[in-house]
Amino acid sequence: MKQSRLIISILAFGYAFLYIPLVSVIFYSFNDSKLATVWGGFSTRWYGELFRNDQVLDAMFLSLRIAATSATFATILGTMAGLILVRFGRFRGRALFSGMITSPLVMPEVITGLSLLLLFVSLQQLIGWPGQRGFSTITIAHTTFSMAYVAVVVRSRLAAMDESLEEAAMDLGCGPLRVIFDITLPLIVPAMVAGWLLAFTLSLDDLVIASFVSGPGSSTLPMYIFSKVKLGVTPDINALASLIILIVSVGLLLSWAAMRKRSS
Amino acid sequence: MAATGESMTWRRVAVALPYLWLLVFFLLPFAIILKISLADPIIAQPPFTPIFNEQGGLSVTLDNFLFLLTDKLYAITYLKSVLMALAATVLCLLLGFPMAYGIARSAPSVRSLLLLLIVLPFWISFLLRVYAWMGLLNNYGVINNTLMWIGIIDQPIQIMYTDFAVFIGLTYSYLPFMILPLYATLERMDLDLIEAAQDLGASRTQSFWDVTWPLARPGVIAGCLLVFIPAMGEYVIPYLLGGPESLLIGRVLFDEFFVNRDWPLASSVAIVLLLLLVVPIVFMQRNEAKLEEAE
Repeated sequence: MKQSRLIISILAFGYAFLYIPLVSVIFYSFNDSKLATVWGGFSTRWYGELFRNDQVLDAMFLSLRIAATSATFATILGTMAGLILVRFGRFRGRALFSGMITSPLVMPEVITGLSLLLLFVSLQQLIGWPGQRGFSTITIAHTTFSMAYVAVVVRSRLAAMDESLEEAAMDLGCGPLRVIFDITLPLIVPAMVAGWLLAFTLSLDDLVIASFVSGPGSSTLPMYIFSKVKLGVTPDINALASLIILIVSVGLLLSWAAMRKRSS
Repeated sequence: MAATGESMTWRRVAVALPYLWLLVFFLLPFAIILKISLADPIIAQPPFTPIFNEQGGLSVTLDNFLFLLTDKLYAITYLKSVLMALAATVLCLLLGFPMAYGIARSAPSVRSLLLLLIVLPFWISFLLRVYAWMGLLNNYGVINNTLMWIGIIDQPIQIMYTDFAVFIGLTYSYLPFMILPLYATLERMDLDLIEAAQDLGASRTQSFWDVTWPLARPGVIAGCLLVFIPAMGEYVIPYLLGGPESLLIGRVLFDEFFVNRDWPLASSVAIVLLLLLVVPIVFMQRNEAKLEEAE
């Protein structure tokens, strides 16, 4: 189809707008100079320093642990929520439930973070838990907002799916639990995997909510990065950002190519 | 699925688990924010007065809300957040609509790649994408260096730490949120309709406003709300790219809580922000329901 010249130039401008900042970070990560904006020759020394920095490695490890745990919980709870909304028909409190599951999607992070921290503080006064804020509190917070995303993904998959297979199994005498585990779940596994990946990424990405609900001594990777970039551009964060950009881009492009090959 | 008597028990269990989780970790926290917004700040641990005093009487105060209403700084900050979020939404729409249109009309072979390139930034850390702009906008950053090298300016212009930088940052970060819902509606649109309108003598502008725009409206609404709502409460962008005077409400809330340790005031700032957002959020959920029905 022929596109007007105007549309093509806006597209080019838009993609340049989206990608120039990322390319510039990668470019400057190979800058030898300590002053991040003055070119001092090619060097990979900031990458080396990154891997010798224990703080970065600790923060990265904590972030990955939180992301994997919260994504798993969020997938379990979010899949249940999606099933309930699509397959369970009407039940008491359904409106409240569907409101609670979609609201975290649009809630400003500062409000979610503040509200959860106040909850944890109150709980600690009442029942003495959580004694220390860190891994567990961040994991709970991330599970809560990412289960909403998983529920949306699972729900749209279920809504697009034909119910006749499940009905046939029921007609043949299958109990409702077996229908769920033998028919429904295997069919929505791709949606659950997509939901898990989304939840994992959202957790790795989160700065604001984690800053509220974490305690002294536990900082996630975004919290560490934020504490450094508050003071300005630094070359080792350029290197870290470039690594993340490259890993994500290569991963996504590969999975895109694989999907394209399969579909053609 | 028909519910037989035997299946009722596990059905209840299946509903109860996510339901309870959301009640405890989503709804209850809002009740607590509301409670604390009605307390007085004190120097203690935790730093606010209990809702029941020693005599067992109820002790609440509206002082925090009165303060928010009467203090000019807060009114200006709320207003500025709304305007800034609106400006970013408009720019996202102006840039996002033709982009979504172009992607939807591109050849199928390149379309999925173009779409992937819109989604890709989502998967890269939000914080790092904002950080990338710090390197561009600095006084000795890429943009200033380029302009000076070309010779348009002979000394750096101050872009970093201004409201303009925040505006750019918001537009950049939320542009994909605008493009994706727009693409979804534009891609479904029947091209024959436009052709028919033009065959019947409508000009290109006419067919755009009379055919394309009404059909794309649900996508426009979804995109605008997906940009406006999170932009209102944004904290990272005004903190990293804005100057001391670019106070947006998300940043004020954060500082009120962590720097001034005024928990009751921070809670009331959150409640007022939530009240401002209730209308767009409800509107958005209605729009989503409509979109689902249309499918």
